[in-house]
Amino acid sequence: MRVYVPGDAAARALGADAVAQAVQEAAAARGVDLTLIRNGTRGMIWLEPLVEIETPEGRIGFGPLDAADVAGLFDNPANHPKALGLVEALPWMAQQTRLTFARCGVIDPLSLEDYAAHGGLSGLRRALAMDAAAIVAEVTQSGLRGRGGAGFPTGIKWETVRGAVADRKYIVCNADEGDSGTFADRMMMEGDPFTLIEGMIIAGLAVGATKGFVYLRSEYPDAIKVMGRAVEIARANGLLGASVLGSRRDFDMEIRVGAGAYVCGEETSLLNSLEGKRGVVRAKPPLPALEGFMGKPTVVNNVISLATVPVIFERGAAFYRDFGLGRSRGTIPLQIAGNVKRGGLFETAFGLSLGEIVDNIAGGTLTGRPVKAVQVGGPLGAYFPRAKFDTPFGYEEFDGQGGLIGHAGVVVFDETADMLGMARFAFEFCAVESCGKCTPCRIGAVRGVETMDRIARGDADAIPLLTDLCETMKDGSLCALGGFTPYPVMSALTHFPDDFATTRKAAE
Amino acid sequence: MQKPNHLTPEEVRCRTEEVLAAHAGLEGPLLPILQALQSGFGFIPQEAVPQIAEALNIGRAEVHGVITFYHDFRDAPAGRHVVKICRAEACQAQGANALADATLAKLGLQWHGTTANGAVTVEPVYCLGLCACGPAAMVDGQVVGRVDSARMDALLAEAGA
Ligand SMILES: Cc1cc2nc3c(=O)[nH]c(=O)nc-3n(C[C@H](O)[C@H](O)[C@H](O)COP(=O)(O)O)c2cc1C
Repeated sequence: MRVYVPGDAAARALGADAVAQAVQEAAAARGVDLTLIRNGTRGMIWLEPLVEIETPEGRIGFGPLDAADVAGLFDNPANHPKALGLVEALPWMAQQTRLTFARCGVIDPLSLEDYAAHGGLSGLRRALAMDAAAIVAEVTQSGLRGRGGAGFPTGIKWETVRGAVADRKYIVCNADEGDSGTFADRMMMEGDPFTLIEGMIIAGLAVGATKGFVYLRSEYPDAIKVMGRAVEIARANGLLGASVLGSRRDFDMEIRVGAGAYVCGEETSLLNSLEGKRGVVRAKPPLPALEGFMGKPTVVNNVISLATVPVIFERGAAFYRDFGLGRSRGTIPLQIAGNVKRGGLFETAFGLSLGEIVDNIAGGTLTGRPVKAVQVGGPLGAYFPRAKFDTPFGYEEFDGQGGLIGHAGVVVFDETADMLGMARFAFEFCAVESCGKCTPCRIGAVRGVETMDRIARGDADAIPLLTDLCETMKDGSLCALGGFTPYPVMSALTHFPDDFATTRKAAE
Repeated sequence: MQKPNHLTPEEVRCRTEEVLAAHAGLEGPLLPILQALQSGFGFIPQEAVPQIAEALNIGRAEVHGVITFYHDFRDAPAGRHVVKICRAEACQAQGANALADATLAKLGLQWHGTTANGAVTVEPVYCLGLCACGPAAMVDGQVVGRVDSARMDALLAEAGA
């Protein structure tokens, strides 16, 4: 009997380890020959722990399970109260276009055989037969843009690094994933780590780099373990090392752990941190593509950008590019979070409206109260009211509505949300996390908290001050931490003026 | 807060020497070195700073500057258990503020504070990537989702707070 119990951190946070243990005990007690696989999560977090049993028809799911539900899996699975049927046929799964996440939740994350049996390594094999310029051209033609937030075309970045002349070049994977409401990087690294490794190797071939780093945040201890183990396995099997898959091409990589600084997700701050320095932001230029890690040409890409490269090579640039909307090509792993009935990861072509995502896919709020605001794109993203629910999910489309898609986190709040409080929190977070290098961010964030407190006390004169401060931070900050904190703040003020006014009246 | 008085300077020196040796050859070794020291000692002893500076051929001030920049590094030991409660937006949307306020009030602590018996330090964390199953917390590296006040009480009791 083959049983899957996710080892993903979200599943474990909801009790998957106890369920896995109960499965083992129940199998032993019944003399059942058990193969237990700790897969990644499928991304249906509201159903975790989601246990799957392999049958000739496909994998049947049960969830959310706790240890007490396990005996029934063995004794009477057909009538189990938490039986969900075929997992792939569940609407959440059937409605997706899983390209980047095709294997996540399906395979044993640390089995290279399983990986290869599900299409893994075929992209790399194809890339190994191409020259560097052709590899870069393939990425450019796919239309892939950076999934870390800025949406910069990945092929153009790679071309800059490819063209740079240097004795050493580097591939740095940004796995700092600090944005609230996002967990796609974590899910990928825990559920299908070889895909990231494969993407980094292809990046190395494309630009002439032989060394890679994954800068992985310390808040992800499970991902750190899985990635570390995956690199060892890749090395032991000739995927990493002096001759990648016997090609005589050299690529190796290290996992480095962050130290709890949000700003280290900003690429230049990350590079300083990787070099062992304070994680302060560097002025650009020079671009990291020309002077990055240790002053050498460096590709810095998000986990999802890199993990999407293998499927582009497996299926072809045109296949990938044909999904999407406008200049947002391919698929985007939406991360649906906060107060929602159905939260998790949903990979789909760009272009769904925010309303479809929130009302249909997420099913509205868990509390059942009306949705008040949706923050898209992490702590530096704008709060959208229902009036903007027809905005299609795409880089330019969100920008045009005064927002950003960032790393594609969608955080839903019900009507009890206090938007003045959320705006204050945005400043507070910026103050805690500012690297301190530029004044608008370092001082502005602190002034912002004070100004919000004045507004909360009913001081209407503080509102123009707030607007001014936001302008200064936007125009004068060195990076988007200070520069984009005005997005959540000003969107809260603009779209939810009542939250600012009511407090004022109450105080009067 | 506990004093690190159970460590002799000689212990610190030896362990630091080992860690430095284990990380020779790395590119940009300072963070991994500090992380290894902290995982061994529970904090980064002040006495280790000159030794690290000398080995890496950088100034003491630079090492000190790095230690103080990052939220993870401590200059004194934490309680026996560290409970991190997520304060980020997605968890706030699921009631994290009330959970955090109640927890701190119950223990009579501010953020970063340690209970009088030295059992538990409570810290804020900005996102654990458990945004679809908040409020989220982490106890000594173990993640916990959908933490309500009953669950938090159980976690604290287990930790001996
Ligand atoms: C304050 C701040 C935090 C950031 N955090 C992250 C992060 O956690 N992960 C990430 O991939 N990019 C983050 N970015 C964006 C990076 O600076 C950079 O654009 C990205 O790593 C480039 O990779 P991509 O082109 O593949 O997106 C952050 C930017 C800022 C200003």
